[in-house]
Amino acid sequence: MTLLLEQLLNGLQLGVMLFLMAAGLTLVFGVMGLINLAHGSLYMIGAYAAAWVQQRTGSFLAGIAAGLAAAAVLGMALEAAILRRLYAREHLDQVLATFGVILFCNEAVAMLFGRQPLMAGPPPWLSGFVEIVPGVPYPAYRLAIIATGLAVAAGLYGLITHTRIGMRLRAGATHRDLLGALGVRVGVLFTMVFGLGAMLAGLAGALTGPLLSVQIGMGERILITTFVVIVIGGLGSVRGALAGSLLVGMVDTLTRAYLPTTLRAVLPASDADALGAGLSSMAIFILMAAVLLWRPRGLFPAHG
Amino acid sequence: MLDISGLCKRFGGLVATDAFNLAIAPGELHALIGPNGAGKTTLIGQLAGELHPDAGTIHLDGADLLALSPPARVKAGLTRSFQITQVLMQSTALDNVALVEQIRQGHSFRFWRQAASDRRLTDPAMAMLDRVGLAPRAHITAENLSHGERRQLELAMALATRPRLLLLDEPMAGLGASEAAAMTALLAGLKGQLAMLLVEHDMDTVFALADRITVMQNGRAIASGLPDAIRADPVVRDAYLGAP
Amino acid sequence: MAETPRQIAVLALAAALFVALPAIAAATARPDLITLGSQIAIMAIAVAGLDLLMGRTGLPSFGHAAWLGLGGYTVAILATHAAQGSLPPWVTQAWFAWPAAIVIPAVLALAIGALCLRTTGISFIMITLAFAQMFFFLFIALKAYGGDDGLSMRRRNALPFIAPRDDVAFFYVCLAALALVLFGLRRLAASRFGTVLDGIRQNERRMAAIGLATFRYKLAAFVLSAAIAGLAGALHVNLFRFASPDLLHWTMSGELMVMVVLGGLGSLWGPVFGAAAMVLLHAFLAQWTEHWQIVLGPILIAAVLLARRGLWGAVGGRRRGASGGRA
Repeated sequence: MTLLLEQLLNGLQLGVMLFLMAAGLTLVFGVMGLINLAHGSLYMIGAYAAAWVQQRTGSFLAGIAAGLAAAAVLGMALEAAILRRLYAREHLDQVLATFGVILFCNEAVAMLFGRQPLMAGPPPWLSGFVEIVPGVPYPAYRLAIIATGLAVAAGLYGLITHTRIGMRLRAGATHRDLLGALGVRVGVLFTMVFGLGAMLAGLAGALTGPLLSVQIGMGERILITTFVVIVIGGLGSVRGALAGSLLVGMVDTLTRAYLPTTLRAVLPASDADALGAGLSSMAIFILMAAVLLWRPRGLFPAHG
Repeated sequence: MLDISGLCKRFGGLVATDAFNLAIAPGELHALIGPNGAGKTTLIGQLAGELHPDAGTIHLDGADLLALSPPARVKAGLTRSFQITQVLMQSTALDNVALVEQIRQGHSFRFWRQAASDRRLTDPAMAMLDRVGLAPRAHITAENLSHGERRQLELAMALATRPRLLLLDEPMAGLGASEAAAMTALLAGLKGQLAMLLVEHDMDTVFALADRITVMQNGRAIASGLPDAIRADPVVRDAYLGAP
Repeated sequence: MAETPRQIAVLALAAALFVALPAIAAATARPDLITLGSQIAIMAIAVAGLDLLMGRTGLPSFGHAAWLGLGGYTVAILATHAAQGSLPPWVTQAWFAWPAAIVIPAVLALAIGALCLRTTGISFIMITLAFAQMFFFLFIALKAYGGDDGLSMRRRNALPFIAPRDDVAFFYVCLAALALVLFGLRRLAASRFGTVLDGIRQNERRMAAIGLATFRYKLAAFVLSAAIAGLAGALHVNLFRFASPDLLHWTMSGELMVMVVLGGLGSLWGPVFGAAAMVLLHAFLAQWTEHWQIVLGPILIAAVLLARRGLWGAVGGRRRGASGGRA
C-alpha cells in the first residue's frame, strides 16, 4: 500500500514534468502550427546549464535560474534564425529541419561538456524525506517538483484564461490568419510564445537533472514521451496536455513499478526484468495507439 | 430519381439544413439557388457524403445513399464537381481524365503494365476531353492550363465517372463571359442524358438551363417549381432582396 | 518518366562507378570502399521503399526503420536458432531467410498500417513513430536475442555459387538487388497502381470524389514499402553479420527520411543519391572530427529550407511544366 502511494506520487511527478514540456510544445503547435523536435534540446540545455552553474556556484537556485535563462535565450535564437522560416512549411519539412537542429545541439553540447554525464544532485535543504502520510517517507525533492509543476500549471491556466495575452494565445490557436488582420503584432506574439515554451522546457530540464543523469540524448527520450502526451491530449490543447501528461505519467510509472515484479512470477528474474522494462517502455505507445484509434484527434482537441 | 426528404444538419447553434426536401426526375436539370449563407454548400457536402446529416434521408433510385461512403456513392451513380477546382495539378489533362476512367473501370491493382500507354484508358479519356473541348490541350499539365480550361477539365473528370446524377457546384465560378457561354452550351448539350443538380449564382445560366428550380434560404426550400413561376414568386424576391 | 540528358549522364556515371568499385578498391588497396559501396546500395533500397510511401503516395512515415530492423532481426534470429539446433540448418540459406525477411515485416505492416492509416497528417507521423519505438523497445527487452547488445550472426546467408566471405561478390549481390528494386519501382510508378498512388498524393479528396476507395491503396503502398525495407534489413545484417536495436531507433527513421529528402522526394533515382550522400558524409566527416554530426545538422536544415527538389532534381536542372522531379 505504501509502495502504491509512493508510485502514485512518482507518477504525478513525472506527469507534472511532462506537462511542463507538453504545454510549451502544444502551444507552439497550436499557435504557430510548428512541430518542433528540438524542444527536447531545450530541455537538455536547461539541465546542462543548471547542473554546470550549480557545480560552479554551489547554489541550486542559481542553477535553476541559469537553466531557465539558457533555454529561453537559445529558444528565441533558434526561433529567429531558423524556426520562423518553417511556420509556413509542411509539417514534414518542420520535422526534418528540427531534426537537424537536434543533431547540431547534441554535438555542440558534446563539444562543450564532453560525453560523460554531468552529476548534479538536489540541494541539501531538499535532500531529506517528508512523511506525507505517517510511516510513508517520500523524497522532499520530488515533492518540491510536484509543487512547482502544479504551481506552473495553475499560473499557465490563469495566464491563458484571464489575461489579454492569453486571449491572443487562444485566438492564435484557432484563427491564426485573423490575428494579423486584427492588429495583433503576430511576430512578437510568436516569439513570446516560443520563449515561454522554451523556458518551461528549460525548467523541466533543470528540475529533473538532479533526479536523472544529465547527458546527451536525454532530450530525445523525453521528447518522444512528450509527443505521445500531446497526441493523446490533442494537438494544440493545453487542457489536453495536462490530461495527457498525467495519464502518461501514471501509466509509465505504474507499469515500470509493477510489471517486472509481476513477470517474475513466471520468468527467471533477469529475463523478467528485461522483458518488464521493455513492455513498460512500450506501454505508453500502446496507450497512444489505443487513444488515437478511439479519438483520432486526441482526448481534448483544440477547436479549429 | 433523387429523393431528399427531411434533411437536417446543425453545427452547434447554427441550423444549416432545415427539413429540406427535394426531388429530381431522371434526365432533369434542376437548379438550386439561394442567397449566400442559404446552406447550399452544406447540402452538397451531405449529398456527396463528406458531411453526415442529423436527420432525414437521401435516396437515389431507391438506394439509400446515407449508408454509402463518398467513393461508393460515385459507384452508385452520384458524382459531384467542385466549386474550387480540384484537378491533379501535376498531371496532364489527359492523365487526369484517364485516371478517372481507370477508377471507373475498377482494375487499379495492376503493377506492371504502364498506364500511360493503355489505350483502354487513353481512348475514352481523349473522347471525353474532346467532348468538353479540351482535346487540343490534352498533354498540357493542369497547372499550366487557364482557369477556364481547368473548369472544363473539372467537368470532364466528373463526367468520366459516367454519373446518372451530376452535382454541379457553381461550374461558372471564376469564368469570363465567353468561357461561361461555352460552359453553358456544354451543359445544355448534356441535358436529357443524365440528371443534374446545378448549384449556381449566375441567374442567366440558371434560367437558360433549368427545367425546374428550387430556392433555398436558411436551410429550407422556400419555393420550388418551373422557372417562370420562380421568377414571378414574391417569396423568392423577398429572399433575395430582403422582406420590406 | 523522362530524365533529362544531364540526369542520364549522371546515372550512367554512377552506374559505371558502382560496377567498377571493386576494381578501384583493389587498385587503391582500400577494401573498405567495398563495404561502403554495399552500405550505399543497401541504404538506397531502404530509402527507395520509403520514397514509394512518402514521395509517391504522400504518406510521411517516421517509423520506417522498424521494417529495416525487423527484416534484419529475422535473418539474425533464424541463424541463432539454426546454430542452437532448434531450427533446421536450411533456414540460413538465402532462398529462405531473405523472403522471410521480406514477408514478416510485410505481414506486420498490414496489421499496423491498417491501424495507422486511420489517422492523417501529423498524427500519422506520430503514430508510425510510436509503433517503431515499440519494436525498438521490444528488441531491447528480448535478452534471448541479444537485447541491448545486439545479435551477431556467424556467417552470411548461403547463396549459390558465392563464398560467404567473398565481400566483392556480396557487393554485386547488393547492387543487383538495388537494380531490381529500382527497376521494379520504376515500372510500378507508371502502372495503374502507381498513378492511383500519385493521385492520392496530389489530392486525396478528389480521388474519393471520383470513386476511389483510397484506404486499400495506401495500405498496399505501406506494406510494399515495409517489404522493401525488410529486404534492405536482411542485406544489412548480412553485410555486418550483426543486428542491433539501433537499427530500429527513431533517429534511424529520421535519417531515412533525410535521405529521401536529400535525394529528392518522389524521384525514383533520388534514393541512390540520398543514400550515397548520407553514407559518404558519415564515413568521411567522421575521419576528420569526432563531432562530424555538427555539420550534418546544418546540412539537413539547409537542404530542407533551400533545396526543395533534392540532389536528383538539382542534377536535372530546371524543368518546364513540372514542379517535382516527376514526369
